[in-house]
Amino acid sequence: MKEHIRGQAYVVGDSIDTDQIIPAIHLVYSMTVPEERQFYGRYALSGLPEASQGLPHGSTPFTPGDAFKSPYSFIIAGGNFGCGSSREHAPFALQEAGAEVVIAESYARIFYRNAVDGGFVIPFETRVRLIDEIKTGDVLSLTTGTGILKNETSGTEYLLEPLGDIAEILKCGNVFEYARQAGMMTQR
Amino acid sequence: MAQTITEKILAQHARRESVRPGENIWIDVDILMTHDVCGPPTIDIFKREFGENAAVWNKDKLVILPDHYIFTEDPHAMRNIEILRKFAREQDLPHYFDVGTSRYKGVCHIALAEEGFNRPGDVLFGTDSHTCTSGAFGLFSTGVGNTDAALIMGTGKIWVKVPETMRFVFEGDLPPYLMAKDLILSVIGDIGFEGGTYKALEFDGKAVFDLSMEERMTLTNMAIEAGGKNGIIAPDEKTFDYVKARTDHGFVPVYGDPGARYYHERVYDVSKMEPVVAKPHRPDNLANVSEVEGTKLDRAYIGSCTGGKIEDFMAAAAVLEGQEVRVDTFVVPASTEVTQALRTRTMNGKTIWQVFLDAGCKMGHASCGACLGGPVDTFGRTHGTEVVISTTNRNFPGRMGSKQSAVYLASPLTVAASAIHGVITDPREVLV
Ligand code: SF4
Repeated sequence: MKEHIRGQAYVVGDSIDTDQIIPAIHLVYSMTVPEERQFYGRYALSGLPEASQGLPHGSTPFTPGDAFKSPYSFIIAGGNFGCGSSREHAPFALQEAGAEVVIAESYARIFYRNAVDGGFVIPFETRVRLIDEIKTGDVLSLTTGTGILKNETSGTEYLLEPLGDIAEILKCGNVFEYARQAGMMTQR
Repeated sequence: MAQTITEKILAQHARRESVRPGENIWIDVDILMTHDVCGPPTIDIFKREFGENAAVWNKDKLVILPDHYIFTEDPHAMRNIEILRKFAREQDLPHYFDVGTSRYKGVCHIALAEEGFNRPGDVLFGTDSHTCTSGAFGLFSTGVGNTDAALIMGTGKIWVKVPETMRFVFEGDLPPYLMAKDLILSVIGDIGFEGGTYKALEFDGKAVFDLSMEERMTLTNMAIEAGGKNGIIAPDEKTFDYVKARTDHGFVPVYGDPGARYYHERVYDVSKMEPVVAKPHRPDNLANVSEVEGTKLDRAYIGSCTGGKIEDFMAAAAVLEGQEVRVDTFVVPASTEVTQALRTRTMNGKTIWQVFLDAGCKMGHASCGACLGGPVDTFGRTHGTEVVISTTNRNFPGRMGSKQSAVYLASPLTVAASAIHGVITDPREVLV
């Protein structure tokens, strides 16, 4: 897990489900073949209705045009982020697009687990409704160890919720390394 | 310490006396299920972590059921099936249910029940969020992603956080115009679609035990639509009869202790409940049918693991018999066993299949169909601004294909009644 992360924010609303994160029609691409997996970056968050693409103004796709990478490192969301299906393609697509962190008021549990166990993106929780305070394009910097988030554009600082138990898995990189350390999987 | 059924099953599988909600524990898994969308990436991760030639932890405990993108020309979707086929051959898997053979089953959650993989007291994981369906048989079952599934595939173990249990007690006699779908939509509407996040949702009470196994599966199926980790119903004689008719495999039923602690409890009198729908675009956007009656429809859809079981079609057929649908109505059996039943069971001298055909319905092949949109050539998929009433479980934007389409979720009775009138209709108006 990186100690410092700095980049632009992409702000979405409440209850963004996995079909909005990666529409089911795209799930046929291989997640390992490089020429195919990059499409997960292209179509990440492409299921958002136009008006909710990058708040507060909307109409700002997460990955612009024909690009495979998104300019945004942070996704700022309301409650119940990642609800819906169990598709691991969802946190994977966000990572593939270049996102590193999601900061939401709450998560659907399978998305949360997938993000952590696969080591795709770091899911931070916030008590403050950041989607009312941060705008798409604001420059943020985060210290992962302390959970201190700074909005460099507005100058405001926030303290995110502690990562708790999942910090151990995130430090290991993914659940396999964690399982090895817990003695649940033989060392390679 | 008094424990709920969920806590007890988890404790046993962690080889402990007891567990407390909030604890992280490692547990042994009895059955792992995967399908054509999440199977191939799971296999990739399994090979990456355990080696190209590694064997799965236990062949008899791995069940692979292609069901999502089956009847399509999409080359990538077809490749996924090839990957499963090759893996099943390599690993010599006894429980691979291949497409294009007589072994093909259809929607995984229904097939798990039909093939006897849902056994009371067990722990079952699947790479699909509706894996919670299996909990109708008194087992702990939940959905996971590919990474967690790959870890199970290699080790037979996984970590879980013990959930707190919420209990929903349904008392009274279920009126003929209500189905399990109305009950679970009401629960989701009441607690909100994140009201059950990280929680076990236990269903209890006379009205639940009066339900058939198929209807119980509708309750546990949609636990995930309230964010729940698992849905569960204690096993009874009906459970045992169903399971024993399907498998010789032994099982040890588990029951909650008297005095177990529930995080939340809610009691319903089903005799006073109403037919309901979830309005677009959230499964907790609850309304009584009477509040949305007359809403104009373009399409009706009867299918999926929620509303594509034999009893769902029997209920719909009872309404459609001798009638004609006014909107495009798509019928997609959840499994080949359901298709078989539709072709053999009769109503007023006609097969159920014929009842649907005569009413003007379009009949599909057993699979997930348009429940999750799927490739563009998927049967029943929306492509425009269609307003749909459906027996499926999700209505987020774009779930059935087009982002512009709008989906109402309802029981098979309500969907059939609405199909006849072309507008949302209370089933009481057509049931005699
Ligand atoms: S029928 Fe629908 S909800 Fe059920 S497994 Fe298939 S896609 Fe998922």
